Amino acid sequence: MNSVLSQLQPPAPHLGLDQEEDEFTSSDPSAWGSMGGFGNLARNGGVQGMSIPRVNDPTAFLDLHTDNMSSNPEAKIKIAHGTTTLAFRFQGGIIVAVDSRATAGSYIASGTVKKVIEINKFLLGTMAGGAADCQYWETYLGMQCRLYELRNKERISVAAASKILSNIVYQYKGMGLSMGTMVCGWDKTGPCIFYVDDDGQRLKGDLFSVGSGSTFAYGVLDQGYRWDLTDEEAQELGRRSIVAAGHRDAYSGNTSNVFHVRENGWEFIGNYDVNELWYEYEVKKKAAREAAAPAASPMAVEA
Amino acid sequence: MALYAQPPTSYSVPTTAPIEHRFNPYSDNGGTILAIAGKDFSVIAGDTRQSEGYSIQTRYARKVWQLTDKVVLATNGFAADGNNFVKRVKQRLEWYEHAHHKPMGLKSIARMIQTILYGKRFFPYYVYNILGGIEEDGSGAVYSFDPVGSYEREACRAAGAAQSLIQPFLDNQVYFKNQQPAPGSAPFVPGNLPLSTILSLVVDSFTSATERHIEVGDGMEIYVVMNRGRNTDDLLGPGILAESMHVEELGALGEGGGEKTFLVTSPLKRD
Repeated sequence: MNSVLSQLQPPAPHLGLDQEEDEFTSSDPSAWGSMGGFGNLARNGGVQGMSIPRVNDPTAFLDLHTDNMSSNPEAKIKIAHGTTTLAFRFQGGIIVAVDSRATAGSYIASGTVKKVIEINKFLLGTMAGGAADCQYWETYLGMQCRLYELRNKERISVAAASKILSNIVYQYKGMGLSMGTMVCGWDKTGPCIFYVDDDGQRLKGDLFSVGSGSTFAYGVLDQGYRWDLTDEEAQELGRRSIVAAGHRDAYSGNTSNVFHVRENGWEFIGNYDVNELWYEYEVKKKAAREAAAPAASPMAVEA
Repeated sequence: MALYAQPPTSYSVPTTAPIEHRFNPYSDNGGTILAIAGKDFSVIAGDTRQSEGYSIQTRYARKVWQLTDKVVLATNGFAADGNNFVKRVKQRLEWYEHAHHKPMGLKSIARMIQTILYGKRFFPYYVYNILGGIEEDGSGAVYSFDPVGSYEREACRAAGAAQSLIQPFLDNQVYFKNQQPAPGSAPFVPGNLPLSTILSLVVDSFTSATERHIEVGDGMEIYVVMNRGRNTDDLLGPGILAESMHVEELGALGEGGGEKTFLVTSPLKRD
């Protein structure tokens, strides 16, 4: 009898990890007592209760059901994806410019995404890849930076902050996180940009662009970039690069958010409609052409 | 025993091709939800059909949930995940009230939903959430989420089966996208639509989605959350709602800060 029953029952799932510890099974009073209501953070400040499917290969499971690793765009669970972001260092600080489009497959899930995450008054993070991964871990980074301030009575350096983030994502390496982010800020060393991505890469540099529209942004950025750009020139270069990407990359567009990081913290410069800006640039280009053409003519009236 | 009497055919007939086994815990139960924020109120709505493939499982399954006196949550996607998710959110809200002697605010609930969803980043809830209600400053607000917890505050959002049918309509009518004011008239100011207009938009969204999408229909539930002290005439007054529609005021869940929640129900086509 037992052998018949065992044939009818599905095989016991392989337990990749020990019994998963979620808030229901946890005996830690922080999960339900006066601490109940503080997200999924344990008392030590770490993240607890990340549940993982009990299958042989959790990563393959995630790949099968989500479009996260873009190897399976037809998957049921469409995770919002981010797209063109850039940041560069120059004489007047740092310019951070991003687009605002989120796509799920070919559907534009949102045109008003905030892809610059305000970690604190002096630190900005950008969002490319999985929107939730960037939002969640950069918010978490903000908490860790505040704890650092309270413990050490001084602000965290950009290098240290970005290393907290890269150490986190390195722990999850290969599990399907998707993020390409630039941690930008001003510390004792001056303006500073670190690029951090999901495979644990962490690079310091003067100029980065991340996302599917990055190649188009780099094209404009590289030809217009100089260290001694004025503040206005630099902001315009950032804006112009995002417009170029928004125009040529279908996964980028809608609006552009521009931020300027200076010694006393970051400042939000503005939100600009990419489509409207494109036509503005076209009109300016046409006017410049027309202004140049008569001057070249031998019939031009001399002043 | 029946087990011995008739062994399943699969034991006697040898299978020719290998059978693929993989863990598939997800299903799509169709349906659509939407929410629109007003100046001092918020409207959160959903249809009540639950289906799997071409078969209708039930004509009444709840997708919109009153969480507190000023917050309502709508869930869409895989119903089992959605129900379990709402159960966890409600439990956390209860714990919060025990610990802090006050209900959790809207923006805190939004952040909590992010952490709960992200806690299952590697085994996601197949649920799209839209949260609506009244913010601490008294303004109407809508927050929308993806299945793993990325979220954003917006003025309006549609999700689910008919998302791609409804959202462009809402963009046009709520954000005035691709509209130009008539020559000489005042420019559009988004976010100031009166309740009666928003109710019409919601009803039209669902009746139209029902016409063109097989997974939408049967009935709809519209929750209207109003800030304290707000006049209710534009909902309860004569001639506001169609005859087929029914409205009831939902009693305060907690001590009651004066915010009012109304449930408007209306039938949709059942074919």
